[in-house]
Amino acid sequence: MILYDYILSASCYKVRLMASLIGVPLTLKGVNFHPEKEHKSHDMLALNPDGTLPTLVDGDRVLTQSTEILRHLVSNKAPEWLGKTTAQTDHWLLFASALNSSLGMARLHDILSYETDIDQVRRDGVAQLRHLEEHLTEQRIEGLAFLTGDTPTIADIACFPNTALAPDGGVSLDPYPAIRLWMRDIRSLPRFIEMPGIHRMHELVDPSGATA
Amino acid sequence: MTNSADNHWYPVAMSSGVTGPRDTQLLGCKISLGRTNDQFWVRDANGRDMPVIHKYGHLWTSPGKPNRDLFAIPEADESGRRLVDVGSVRVKCSPLRAVENFLDIAHFPFIHSDILGAEPHTEVARYEVKIHEDVNEIWATKVKFFQPMAAKSAAGGIITDYKYRVAAPTVSILYKTSPPRPGEWDVIALFVQPLTEELCEVWPWMALYDDDAEQADLVNFQQMIFMQDRSILENQIPRKLPLDPGMETPTQADMTSIAYRRWLKKLGYSYGAQVVAA
Repeated sequence: MILYDYILSASCYKVRLMASLIGVPLTLKGVNFHPEKEHKSHDMLALNPDGTLPTLVDGDRVLTQSTEILRHLVSNKAPEWLGKTTAQTDHWLLFASALNSSLGMARLHDILSYETDIDQVRRDGVAQLRHLEEHLTEQRIEGLAFLTGDTPTIADIACFPNTALAPDGGVSLDPYPAIRLWMRDIRSLPRFIEMPGIHRMHELVDPSGATA
Repeated sequence: MTNSADNHWYPVAMSSGVTGPRDTQLLGCKISLGRTNDQFWVRDANGRDMPVIHKYGHLWTSPGKPNRDLFAIPEADESGRRLVDVGSVRVKCSPLRAVENFLDIAHFPFIHSDILGAEPHTEVARYEVKIHEDVNEIWATKVKFFQPMAAKSAAGGIITDYKYRVAAPTVSILYKTSPPRPGEWDVIALFVQPLTEELCEVWPWMALYDDDAEQADLVNFQQMIFMQDRSILENQIPRKLPLDPGMETPTQADMTSIAYRRWLKKLGYSYGAQVVAA
């Protein structure tokens, strides 16, 4: 499978992270999204007329929506990542798209100088973070660490990047302890990979030699 | 108050990205820039023309009267090198903090894990720092560091040799072992545009030996590295770079940073700096 990729894109990272977590190898083709806008080039538009990233090519299939790509990645190899109830997973996948328009846009504004109503997108992002915090707090009271249960699904992977990258767009995560615990659980998953702005967990090494 | 910061050259745009006229900021003042036919122009808020130099892929200007030419990067003219415009990233930090971070080696294993450094190889061996009085530049030499993936072109871990250079208050250039040509130096520069004292636009630029990599991969690699630094830079306190010893305790690995702060103080360069001891 070939992923047309941009290293700073939160949506491309969803795909890289998901593939890594389930052990699916991807061939990455870097696209010069910034500064060259190569995703709007003739060749890229021929592949994906919407001119968006990520774009995944698997044999004859070309997938251009990150949600669709996540489903495609896990459906054969690791269907448990689809979640037990579709309705719940779908709710959080939609929520992930909304995060992309709020926190994701605030980040593009702050990093790459995209034009937007920055106060409005930050306000939208904060409202969504409060919703997420409330839900994750309730989950934790039930003893559930993830969005739809006690194991992570594609919904968690879809919501994670733009949430974790909120500070890049000038939105602090300090007020949200449940979100921070959830992010910590995701970062602790085996085969977790980082992206710029999302750091890996550094192991705490006991001076006696034992790993904490 | 006239600030000595006015009398230096600053990057304000990547020349290939200048099409229509646009506004930006320099040292807290609005400026505009654009191109008419083949001529680039930069104007201040009153519409007055400012000096323009088009070099190293970028436009350079100055609000004052620079008492020296733009610094030289002779490697830019060497044949066989690929010149890479990386584009800009905006960072909420002092422009001087951005330069200082670029000069630092000790953070590699923690911030650029498994790329520019890896635990447990965290020691920064002793290196040399000198001020070259003739050009008034800082040079750090004989820097060596273990790197798992020193560049896009690296196939595995190598001990990388580095030289660091501060060519102007907001311009830092590093020279590092070129993985495909171990006898040569790759050149990576950080051109910093001070928008305000606590906000900057950072324009990385490279002159590399690499015949294989796609341009997009070279750009993505450098953007990845710089964006790993961004969240750290935005959380440094105090926001402005302290030029006097006080809150921060330097170690031997910080020799370049200490030289940079002293050099700025000697220049009387206070834009983005905290000049009162904390």
